Amino acid sequence: MATFNLKINGTTKTVDVDPTTPLLWVLRDHLDMVGTKFGCGIASCGACTIHLDNTAMRACVLPISAVGDQKITTIEGLSESGDHPVQKAWLEHDVPQCGYCQAGQIMTAAALLKENANPSDEEIESAMNGNLCRCGTYTRIKAAVKTAAKNM
Amino acid sequence: MTLVKISHGRRSFIKSSALAGGGMMIGFSWLASCKPTPEQLLTMPKEWFKINGFLKIGENGVVTIMSPNPEIGQNVKTSMPMIVAEELDVDWKYVIVEQAPLDTSIFNRQLAGGSQSIRHGWEGLRMAGVTARQMLKEAAAKAWGVPVSEITTEASMIHHKNSGKSAGYGEMASAAANIEVPKEVKLKEINEYKIIGTSRNNVDGQKIVTGKPLFGLDYKKEGMLVAMIVHPPAFGLKLKSFDDATAKAMPGIKDVFKIDVYKEGDETQWCDTISFNELVVVVGNTTWEVMNAKKAITCEWEQIKSKEVEVPFFGSTMKVTTPAGLENTEDHLAKMIAASKSSATVVRKDGEPEAAFKKAATILERSYTAPFLAHSTLEPMNFFAHVTADKAELVGPIQTPEFMEKSASTRLGLPLEKIDIQMTRMGGGFGRRLYGHFLIEAAVISQKMNAPIKLIYTREDDMTTGIYRPAYHATYRAALDENKNLLAFHVKTGGVPESSLSANRFPAGAVDNYLAEEWTVVSNVSVGAFRAPGSNFIAGAEQSFLDELAETMGKDPIDLRLELLEKAKTSPVGKDNDYEAERYAGVLQLIKEKSGWGKDLAGLHRGVAAYFCHNTYVAQIVEIEMKDNAPIIKKVTAAVDCGLVINPVAATNLAEGGIIDGIGHGSYSAITLKDGVPQQNNFNTYRLIRHREAPKEIEVHFVDNKKDPTGLGEPLNPPVIGALANALYKATGKRYYDQPFLVDPKLMG
Repeated sequence: MATFNLKINGTTKTVDVDPTTPLLWVLRDHLDMVGTKFGCGIASCGACTIHLDNTAMRACVLPISAVGDQKITTIEGLSESGDHPVQKAWLEHDVPQCGYCQAGQIMTAAALLKENANPSDEEIESAMNGNLCRCGTYTRIKAAVKTAAKNM
Repeated sequence: MTLVKISHGRRSFIKSSALAGGGMMIGFSWLASCKPTPEQLLTMPKEWFKINGFLKIGENGVVTIMSPNPEIGQNVKTSMPMIVAEELDVDWKYVIVEQAPLDTSIFNRQLAGGSQSIRHGWEGLRMAGVTARQMLKEAAAKAWGVPVSEITTEASMIHHKNSGKSAGYGEMASAAANIEVPKEVKLKEINEYKIIGTSRNNVDGQKIVTGKPLFGLDYKKEGMLVAMIVHPPAFGLKLKSFDDATAKAMPGIKDVFKIDVYKEGDETQWCDTISFNELVVVVGNTTWEVMNAKKAITCEWEQIKSKEVEVPFFGSTMKVTTPAGLENTEDHLAKMIAASKSSATVVRKDGEPEAAFKKAATILERSYTAPFLAHSTLEPMNFFAHVTADKAELVGPIQTPEFMEKSASTRLGLPLEKIDIQMTRMGGGFGRRLYGHFLIEAAVISQKMNAPIKLIYTREDDMTTGIYRPAYHATYRAALDENKNLLAFHVKTGGVPESSLSANRFPAGAVDNYLAEEWTVVSNVSVGAFRAPGSNFIAGAEQSFLDELAETMGKDPIDLRLELLEKAKTSPVGKDNDYEAERYAGVLQLIKEKSGWGKDLAGLHRGVAAYFCHNTYVAQIVEIEMKDNAPIIKKVTAAVDCGLVINPVAATNLAEGGIIDGIGHGSYSAITLKDGVPQQNNFNTYRLIRHREAPKEIEVHFVDNKKDPTGLGEPLNPPVIGALANALYKATGKRYYDQPFLVDPKLMG
């Protein structure tokens, strides 16, 4: 066990956990932040995507000891009142079916748009390719990313 | 208006006494996320008046509508309450939707499966709304001393034109709650609809995009422990012994023990399918600690003995044979091919097919295969259980709560009324969560620990514990005379361990000499319903074969289907044909028109398919462009006849999802076995379709025929596999017979 001070969504949280614990389980089990989802545990589905500083990362394979001073942003902290342009675009296009993968999709999309304000179709597909959607909302996600890009 | 007598689900509408303010918390108890949003709180009523089992109205006019069925992403939590709201004549912005509790004394068929929620719910949901509206009208008539026949409603308001009196629903809610349930009501005409047929966004949308706890895996309770299972690594193996010394000593671990999920001798149901009944269980404080301890357990396995059991299946029984042995995909394929060439069970025979084949000038014969598939819901199997001496509280994602309630009662030795199942939103279902062994596992673990626990499957557990889509094989034959007229049609199909035959479907009824046969190969690999069971294979095979048949006959593939459907309509063969030829032809005509079929599109290759299953008719066209020798799906166009469309935005979304699902599984996914061991156990080896592979554009057209609504959860994915195969043929000159089409067969083991 070791103590970690984590900068999450603009606040600092202290946890006492095994240093090998992936950030995903620190969020879900220790901090009661369950917006970040468990899908595969091997960084193959993207359901657990968060931002570490400004980069999209898979929280399921990121040991808490590797986080250090970097700022963690989760779906709960992407915007204060759920009105980030990506979230708004998701609602406008009524993207979710089951909804389970969507937090991860939104976090990847938000990171993409921070880096590339006007991505092409190919750039969207490429950036989003690591995020599985089992319900098949891919075409809607692409349309929503384009709407969000316009409104950023 | 249509005058109807209340017969359906009358129990649901029995008047209840008005609930005091405290009653409002009933449905909001289980999760923080289920509490109203801040905007809703601003307008939350001080008092609720329960009008019937489906709805309650606050003194300020806010209405809570219960959504009776499990939500797996098919959007019933929005579309079913829309139907209630329509007949209640309420303004949708005053509606709050709650997931109803499992209560079979109020709600009918609380099940997600077979694309039947809307079709079966249609009458009862409208009744719930219209009876409440009638009670509000009668309350107003009484209060104003005017005849109820002169009262009208509009968007949550009650009016009496002659006196100029008006009141909001909230003002009359208290009185309405004490009005006797009407015996006869007037339903709206379709042209009076204001909510049905208009797009309404997902009622949980805001919660989903902000990461609120909605799913089973998100559920928490004070003092809750985490449990995981260790199961045999191969089908055909069972637990012999295990060593838990290391695991038990690891930090945060509470206990390690063996469970029998179902007890021998207990009565089970179809939804109690299970692959491995003896499991080693690890229970601890946190997920990561339990995951680590799970890896530290060493087990010894032994081979199972073959067995045969009778399982109750919808009023009759089903014989399930489980042979001993460690099975391989290669052997499955060899056995299926052998079975396809041996005698089989004749399920339907019209005319004299054997004689027709004997005199045929040309016989076209083709065989098709498809592998086992894992449902791969993105939220792995999980369930919360808190079982005490006199109560079982069970919370989580389950498609069959009303069935599993009975199984839990049997297994725990508690009466039915002590079993409380709460339905969470599900991170996908696709049929996997019809089989609730994980609910029973959670309950048994909680009972043993005497503590609240949440059982979590890792992805590897989820993917390697079976209940797969069966592996399938089909051989189609067509007999043609010297003028290339169709004389006879023969389908012979089977699978490991189930067949996918629906013998009375098209082209049965359209061919004078028709033969449908089936066979099966026994296996110890467990299988279950997978989105559009059976159809998810046979539609693609049949539609591929019809495409090749049309080519052989020198006909346009749509024209051939329309000719056959014309015959089925005007002079049908046989009596049991399970489709309406006119509606079937309707979707083909619509897609022909919308896609500009027949036009030459430079560089694009098109394939068509059409199918009827789960009460809905679908035609699809897939358009492919070849780039660097690889197919790119530029566009899929679909024509759908599901009767009245309740919520167009959600219906279109579900149709798009079905199309992507069908293309994905037909192109990329397979579970293969070596010595009983699934060779794929996570998304790095089991391929699901990804963003880059999805169609670039999907266009969905609905037939506007105002017929009673049917479902959309399943009918879209079966035919698209055929349309894809047919488009691939146009693009590459090669026919695709074996799924997954776009994976090198050498990689499939």
